[in-house]
Amino acid sequence: MGWKDYNGLVIGMVRTGILGYGGGPSVIPLIRYEAVTRYKWVSDEEFGEILAIANALPGPIATKMAAYLGYKTKGVLGAIVSVLAHILPTSIAIIVLLGSMYALRESKVVAGMVAAVRAVIFVMLGMMAYEFAMKAWKGLGKVFAALFGVIAFVSLQLLNIHPGIVIAVFLGYGVFHLDLVQRFKSKGNSDKGVS
Amino acid sequence: MLQTWWELFWGFFVANILGYGGGPASIPLMQEEIVNHYHWMTTEQFGDVLAIGNALPGPIATKIAAFVGYHVAGWFGAFIATFATIVPSATALILLLRLLNKHRTSPKVKGMTLLVQPVIAVLMILLTWEFGQLSTDSIGIWQTLVIAGISLWVMTKTKLHPAILIVIAFAYGALVLSHTM
Repeated sequence: MGWKDYNGLVIGMVRTGILGYGGGPSVIPLIRYEAVTRYKWVSDEEFGEILAIANALPGPIATKMAAYLGYKTKGVLGAIVSVLAHILPTSIAIIVLLGSMYALRESKVVAGMVAAVRAVIFVMLGMMAYEFAMKAWKGLGKVFAALFGVIAFVSLQLLNIHPGIVIAVFLGYGVFHLDLVQRFKSKGNSDKGVS
Repeated sequence: MLQTWWELFWGFFVANILGYGGGPASIPLMQEEIVNHYHWMTTEQFGDVLAIGNALPGPIATKIAAFVGYHVAGWFGAFIATFATIVPSATALILLLRLLNKHRTSPKVKGMTLLVQPVIAVLMILLTWEFGQLSTDSIGIWQTLVIAGISLWVMTKTKLHPAILIVIAFAYGALVLSHTM
């Protein structure tokens, strides 16, 4: 039984490690597929949280997520196994391929592969964006979801504020959000009661 | 030797702990340490490593760390540089989420979970847009739309594992796009 969990971790993480092109962020939809849909290590909400906090912390994204997902399923050893499975194949490849560096760099075949996969990743990221937007829509309600979405967009895209800072501020406000909504509602109700 | 190991650890630790937004964001910081500070490589060499790193799949920061570490101090060097890249931030994430899970039922934590969703959605939309642009820049709008359309159909209407979709895209790129680019 224990071995089966490790099996899943290794297969899932090797797969995401060798199929993601364009660095950590492009591999997030793949990690989500393995973690939520395929092996069910975490729920979709939890995945969103992990992603958010991973974004708020410095350092490479994909390896951080691999470490946490491994930790969540199998403790510290799970984290180590998961990270190694994710990075070893490509880390060894870059060292071994040292000799054929220039051939690979000039290769049209490789360029074609990278180009083709971008369009696929584009769709995967788009689907993920849609699903997270829907989740915000349902969880926060239309008004708040739209309001916070616009605030997030303005600060990230127009004001160019760093994502880590934006996430930290939203998390900070989140501590008080439910409380404030509650207070506002009960105040509204008592006002109505009086009139 | 000890000093080299320490420098490898410190250089990669600093570059990654200051890099926000994942591996790609750390690249200029890594270059600063590798080329300007410790002189492990020249700018040209680093450019080559970056090029081959981008030609290979997988996370970029760990590939660079592994290669530069190996270049400086062999396999153990590769280990140290990779360790310094990953372990500090991974540990921080694990500790933070452990704290969060402990207070899972508190309305404060629930509020935080709710509030973070619109930011993630917007971040994902921006990332999607970026990849769409990258794709149209390299293969044009029509190829992008056709590949994207097929991918969308496969992912929503079939049970195919996304990994297989990517392998098919690799094959198409290697066999067809390599002749048109």
